[in-house]
Amino acid sequence: MSKVTLTVNGRTVTREIEGRTLLVQLLREGLGLTGTHVGCDTSQCGACLVHVNGQAVKSCSIFAAELEGAEVRTIEGMANRDGSLSVIQQAFQDCHGLQCGFCTPGMVMSAAALLQDNPRPTEAEVRHHLEGNLCRCTGYHNIVKAIMAASGQDVAMAAE
Amino acid sequence: MRPFDYLRAESPDAAVQAAAAPETMFIAGGTNLLDLMKLEVLAPARLVDITRLDLGGIEADGDGLRIGALVPNSDLAADPRVRRDYPLLSRALLAGATGQLRNKATTGGNLLQRTRCYYFHDRDTPCNKRTLGDGCSAIHGVNRNHAILGTSEHCIATHPSDMAVALRALDAELELLSPNGSRRRVALADFYCLPGDTPHVENILEPGELITAVILPAPVGGRQIYRKVRDRASYAFALVSVAAAVRVEDGLIAHVALAFGGVAHMPWRDGAVEGFLQHQPPSPALFAEAASRLTAQARGFGANDFKIPLLQRTLAAVLAEATEVTA
Repeated sequence: MSKVTLTVNGRTVTREIEGRTLLVQLLREGLGLTGTHVGCDTSQCGACLVHVNGQAVKSCSIFAAELEGAEVRTIEGMANRDGSLSVIQQAFQDCHGLQCGFCTPGMVMSAAALLQDNPRPTEAEVRHHLEGNLCRCTGYHNIVKAIMAASGQDVAMAAE
Repeated sequence: MRPFDYLRAESPDAAVQAAAAPETMFIAGGTNLLDLMKLEVLAPARLVDITRLDLGGIEADGDGLRIGALVPNSDLAADPRVRRDYPLLSRALLAGATGQLRNKATTGGNLLQRTRCYYFHDRDTPCNKRTLGDGCSAIHGVNRNHAILGTSEHCIATHPSDMAVALRALDAELELLSPNGSRRRVALADFYCLPGDTPHVENILEPGELITAVILPAPVGGRQIYRKVRDRASYAFALVSVAAAVRVEDGLIAHVALAFGGVAHMPWRDGAVEGFLQHQPPSPALFAEAASRLTAQARGFGANDFKIPLLQRTLAAVLAEATEVTA
């Protein structure tokens, strides 16, 4: 066992963990933050996507022990301070950017990473950016529409 | 995943000393190692975390560049000097994996990726890479993704990295630190091993030895292309890839460097083919002959036979684009 201290959604937490504890296990089982999902557990699907030190990464493929001092942000840290939905979350709701919802936390976190670097992406850039996030319902059109809407752009798209 | 001891290294010297112990591996980005540990294809007793070491940064090195082993693939692809002087490298990096993985994967780790051969990942089937002497399941099995050049009767796996193919074409060198504190520089050309009788040996690293940097020589200029042919447009390994740096002067090919991915146990390069192209006027007939020479020793294993003509055509297409000569 080793001790790790990191910041999760602005809160400093310290936990005794095994070397093999994955970040997603620490989040879900250690901290009760079950918004981050485990889809494939092989770093393919992106349902477990979180931000570590501002960068989008797959939490199923990181040992928590490596994150001493890191700042982690999960879907639970995305809402506004008053509890209302963030612009991206609201856009997903407004555009119905989800079907079963399982991939949604990863999609929202991925969208947030994209818009942080590229506030007004083209539709092609959005689609390219989502290559590491799989939606088994194939609900991509509305997800792309939501991200375009969140960036303040016209949501009318050729592919409906 | 089996339990292991986790150790965070505080200095490169401490890291290599710790990693010289049996059943010990380094971990940096972990994007490949974690998957293999989940499958228990790899089950180290101890991991040495090197992510805190001061091995980042991209600096000028004479007329070239020195890339720290811990530079993430995303940062390397986005570096303005890399994009300007070594665009081949940037394009190859961006052709690999996805953004989230490139954020985590490091330069050194990318070079050390293990093969994606299905049988290597499946502990219920024989694999000489996992247990020498058990046999190769791929030779008579499902081998659509497998190698056509430099294979042996013991292994027909391919190396999965796109970045390594670009670095091979760019004549990169590696800086290595050994547990006794000595450093050595090794050309990437001499780093990887063909499977031969020892398919479990993939490179010349000694126990505990650590890649600390990748050195790029002065830029060669000319046209640089990375063409990756794969089953889908994103997030797939190469069936065949071609990295090319070609410069035409006065109607003749003045410089040509070619490396190939998806076809061998290592990034493949063929000096004789480059020598054949050198100082020649580019033409479709020349490209076809170069492609034919490249694959003279190629051998398919059934499902991957298609890679031989695919490699020929991809090389011809890349040379045509690089020299702006079309049929």
